[in-house]
This record gives sequence, C-alpha cells and structure tokens, in this order.
Amino acid sequence: MSATLQNLVNQPYKHGFVTSIESDVAPKGLNADTIRMISTKKKEPEWLLEFRLKSYEAWLKMEEPIWPNVHYPKIDFQAISYYSAPKQKPKLKSMDEVDPELLRTFEKLGVPLHERMALAGVAVDVIFDSVSVATTYKDKLAEVGIIFCSMSEAVLDHPELVQKYLGTVIPPSDNFYAALNSAVFTDGSFCYIPKGVKCPMDLSTYFRINTEESGQFERTLIVAEEGASVSYLEGCTAPAFSSNQLHAAVVELVALDNADIKYSTVQNWYAGDEKGVGGIYNFVTKRGLAKGVNSRISWTQVETGSAITWKYPSCVLLGDNSVGEFYSVAVTNHYQQADTGTKMIHVGKNTRSTIVSKGISAGHSNNSYRGLVKVAPGATGARNYSQCDSMLVGQNSGAHTFPYIQVANNSSQIEHEASTSKIGEDQLFYFAQRGIDAEAAVSMIINGFCKDVFQQLPMEFAVEATALLSFKLEGSVG
Amino acid sequence: MIYPDSKIVLEVRGLCATVNGTEILKGLDLTVRRGEVHAIMGPNGSGKSTFSKILAGHSAYEVTGGSVMFEGQNLFDLAPEERARAGVFLAFQYPIEIPGVINSQFLRLTYNTVQTHRGKEELDPLEFDDYVREKMKLLEMSPDFLERSVNEGFSGGEKKRNEILQMAMLDPRLAILDETDSGLDIDALRIVANGVNQLANKDNAIVLVTHYQRLLNYIVPDYVHVMEAGRIIKTGGKELALELESRGYDWVGVEHKAVARAVA
Repeated sequence: MSATLQNLVNQPYKHGFVTSIESDVAPKGLNADTIRMISTKKKEPEWLLEFRLKSYEAWLKMEEPIWPNVHYPKIDFQAISYYSAPKQKPKLKSMDEVDPELLRTFEKLGVPLHERMALAGVAVDVIFDSVSVATTYKDKLAEVGIIFCSMSEAVLDHPELVQKYLGTVIPPSDNFYAALNSAVFTDGSFCYIPKGVKCPMDLSTYFRINTEESGQFERTLIVAEEGASVSYLEGCTAPAFSSNQLHAAVVELVALDNADIKYSTVQNWYAGDEKGVGGIYNFVTKRGLAKGVNSRISWTQVETGSAITWKYPSCVLLGDNSVGEFYSVAVTNHYQQADTGTKMIHVGKNTRSTIVSKGISAGHSNNSYRGLVKVAPGATGARNYSQCDSMLVGQNSGAHTFPYIQVANNSSQIEHEASTSKIGEDQLFYFAQRGIDAEAAVSMIINGFCKDVFQQLPMEFAVEATALLSFKLEGSVG
Repeated sequence: MIYPDSKIVLEVRGLCATVNGTEILKGLDLTVRRGEVHAIMGPNGSGKSTFSKILAGHSAYEVTGGSVMFEGQNLFDLAPEERARAGVFLAFQYPIEIPGVINSQFLRLTYNTVQTHRGKEELDPLEFDDYVREKMKLLEMSPDFLERSVNEGFSGGEKKRNEILQMAMLDPRLAILDETDSGLDIDALRIVANGVNQLANKDNAIVLVTHYQRLLNYIVPDYVHVMEAGRIIKTGGKELALELESRGYDWVGVEHKAVARAVA
C-alpha cells in the first residue's frame, strides 16, 4: 500500500473532544441496588423497576456471545459506571436553559439543536451520556398527535404506551446485551405516530458518550399505528479516550397495518487510534416488527466508527405482504472490527425483504457480514433478495461473509449475490492518468460502491455520509 | 505532419528503466516535436509498452538512468496526475474497469480537473452532457455509454473508443496510444483512427505504440521507430512500416549489429 493511500485512510477523528461538564456519575459496578438507584433517580413506576430487575436476573444467567468474528479482552462489567448525567436543572422549559457548554458541544458536532433550525426540518432529541437533554419541535409534533420525547419522559407521561410495547419486539431474555440494556437502560427516544398520521418531518436523535469508563445504554422505541409513517435518523459520536467504552443499545420498532418506519443511522463512535487503542464497543440489538398487513420496516445504516461493532438490525415480517429492508455500509480501518448484518424473518404470506450490504475494510481491520434469511412454513410466496459486496483497501484488511438461509416452504424465492473487489493500484493509476489524485479517486470509487445504500438515506444524511467516508478512508489507498 | 522549427514536446535521452529488478529500457533516445505523429514498433518484449507506462508515471517501473523533458520541464518531477494535467495522455492498452463509477461522472471529473488546472471554467453536469455528446459523435458512440460503469462490461472496441473519447475531451499536448489497435475489428479500427486523425493538429504530438502495420494504414506516421531490447535501433519514414510488415523485425536487428560492428 503506497503512502498516499495510507494517508488518505488515516485521518484523525474530529469528534474526539471531551466537554468539561460536571456530571452526576454513579459508582462503578452492577447489582440490584444499582438498578434500584437508576429507577429511583428517574422516578420510575413500579412495573418498570420489575422489568429491570427481571432482566437483570435473566442477564446473570446468560453468557456473553462468543460467536461473532471479533476479538477483545473480556469485559469487566463491574468496572463500568451505569449512570452518568450532566448536572443541571432537572427539567428544562426552553433551549435557553441548557448548559451553554453543552450547547457548544452540539454546535461543534453540527447538531441542529435550536428552534431556529426549523428550516432544516428535523426534530432532534439529544442524548448526552445517559440522559436526554433536549427535544426540539415537541409542540409542533404534538399538534398532529405525534409523541416524540426522551424515554424517561415517555415513561412518566405515557406509561400505558411504553408498557404496552416495551420489550415486545426484543424481550429481555433475547440476548446477553439486550438483557443488560433492559436492566440498566437510562434514556433514549420514544416516538409514537398515531393512526393515519404521516410524520411531517424527519425525527432525529443524537447520541453522545462524554464520560470515560461509563457505559451508554439507550433504549429507543418507535410505534407507528395503522397507516402511519415516519422517517427516523440517528447519529452517534464520542470523545477519544484510551479506554474502551461500552455502548449496548436496544432499538425496537413496531409497525401496524399499512404503517411504514424508515430508520437511518450514521454511526461514528470513536473507533480507537491507529494502533487500535481505545474506542467504543458497540454491541447493539435493533429489531423491527412488521406486525400489520402491508407494513414496512426499512433500516439504513452507515457504520464507520466503534472499535468493535456487533449489530444486526432485523425485521420480523409478521403481517401478510409486509416488507423488510436493510441497506448497510460498514467501513473499518486500522484495527477496527465489525460483525454486522441483518436477520429477515418471514412469517406472513407474500412477505418481501431486500438486503444490500457494502463492507469496506482498510488498514488491519476486519469486516464481517452476517445475515440470516429465514422463511417460516406458513410464509408462502415469500421473496428475498440479498446482495453482499466487500471492498478491500490495502494488503492487510479482511472481509468475511456469513450468510445463513433457512427456507421451510417450497413457494418462496431467495436470491443471494456476493462480490469482493479491491481498490487496486491499477485503478488509481488510471484515475491519475486522467489528472485525478488518489484522494478524489478513492472517494469516487467508494461512493460508486456505496451508492445503492446512500440513495436510501435522507438528503442531509447522504451528504454527511459521503463526507464521512471520504474522511474516514483518506490516506488508505495507493 | 512535420513542421519546420516546431517546438520539442518530448525529449528522451538515454532512458534506462527496470521492473522488479529486470532491465527493460537500456538507453532509449527519442525526440518528438509538435504536429508530428510517431509510430514505435517492435517485437513483443522490446519495451514499447513499458516506455509508454513510464512516460505516464506508473509506479511499477523504476527509472535508473537518462532523462525525459516534456515541454521543457523534467517529466520525472511531476506526479502521474500532474503529468496528465500538464497534457500527457496515455490511451491504455487494457483500459481499467471501475465498477460502480458512472462513466459520465468520471468523464466530467477528469474533464473539470484538467480544465481547472488550465485556468478554465468547469462545466456543470448539463453543460458537460452537451459537450461530451458532441465529442462522442466523433467516435460514433451511443449515448448509453455515459450511464454505464467506467469500462465495465465494455467490449474491446468500446473500451478503446472510450479512451479516444477522453483524449478528445482532454486535448493533450502529447498523446501516447498504447496498442490501441489490438482487439479492434476493422470497423472499430477505422472509427478510432478517424477520431485520432481529427484530433491531430499542429500543437500536439501523437506517439503510436503498435505491433502491427495495420493501424498505420489509417493513421499515417511521420516517423517510424523500431524498438528492440529496450532501445530504438532504427528510424525511418512511413515506408519503413511497410517494409517491416513484409520482412518482419529480424533483419533490423541484424543490420543494427552489423552497423555497430563496423563503427567499432
């Protein structure tokens, strides 16, 4: 790999600053008392404490998954702090009351936090470490009956809705990290779109981890009632610490008859330095339940950050004619490891799913696609199309594909295509011979490679994702 | 065409180069002036393609001796992309496929990059579309070329036409056509040669690297050079190509050695 390629990939992380804000941090360690403490701090109802304690009991009996194609030292779950909140007035009435230092942080991150960003047309919920600090456009959304607020607020203000759906898509016993999250989740976003309502703007959550040695366990729940639709965006960053932080989120989506949920993520958690020191362990469970007939769940993700990613946004296609989609770009560089993909579970008749996965590995990184397409006996006429493409940059990176296909009836159609390519010296020489330098060439090749996914992203996210990828891969090709 | 007192575009003196430690070029000399068309011929392995790749700056080759001046400046001071911007164009023997990158976007980027370097205005996508379609007529190319990935799935002839299209767009000072005739049927050869002929003018120079005389029926060279074992051993006019066609290459080497002995 030439020097130009190296330099191109090896740009520093620009979100790696720490904000000096006084935080209310819980002592390290996890036991039933920690959970009671979190629940008390958040003034939660009794049923939620029960939910947490049951999850904790389940978690204690579970083992960490070792099947992903990633390697890291065993996590000491007693060395993590499970609650960290910026110290400030408990309840904010307007944006003006938010700690100015915090506002500056989000300004640096480019989060449209102020109401004046109405022009941008995005409603934002911001999660800093463990708690939600601001939700914009709440009132405007309330006019059409949409609830968009932090999970903590939802628990207090709309307990019946939260209780009805929480844990119904991803039960606490689902897996090790989902159980941990169910026990200790601190905040996240809640979004409810009532019957027949098309959400008039994109909803967005911005997550940031600021405290060293704290975990972030956010919980997001989105419910779209019959005929409702919503597009939801999620962005993530974290400061650069030499230690590893754990991020174990759970996201549940529920779409009823004819409802449509589109969930887009640009994940840019701190990935560790060029030697692989530090970075976020991103162990996330995301699943959507296409419960009603003709419902649709669509996941789009651009995964560029985190030292280790373990994440499979999935769709359970329960309703007849329901549709599941997964569009993914995962980029790894240096010593990053990603094991990511999706599960499409076809239960209803004539259900359809599409998987488009693009993995790019540079440096010494390892990038795995892992996907399951499962068609139940009753899911007659089901169809799936999967396309998994890998691109290798340089000589020392790895790309792996683990597709699982299980079909239990004979009227379904499954297609799977896969390819592996390489940004070669010859391609770059060809560009150079036409006057185009390596940086612009790599950017063009990568964008071409990812365009099937990028065109699924909302406009402003597509621009951000393109810039992020060029930035991420600067210096890696040559 | 040979113009009296025309400026030198390319001056190669004693060029030596290796690939993976093997010496390929062993003291190559060549002078090319504006307006001229040169053909470099020679048997396989004589170093013709190596020479063209070295001029373009391919990193697999190491220059171990000699000099190359391009329009009065040391060519080796320039990175490959800088050479291209300065007006060195190589039509590849095997144009590279770039899956996923749309041809029209690629062509526009290369066009605008070179234009910017020359202090000229960039074209927006619509303006460029008009511009490139006009140029494509020269090569009888169908507009659907623009929507395909760069060279991906192109036939041999389509790839070569796409190369000459880029030459037409970029308006180079020195165009090196590396085995552009290989893999072309007779119709494609005529179209490509016709395109090249229309692009040749008194301000640019063309170097044709070719194994066969066939191309030279269509693009008539001012000079024909015979390359053997990394050097140009004979130079003549267009009739030399015909002689090579009928007699092969061996006699040139024999004659060269005889001359060398006589001089010694």
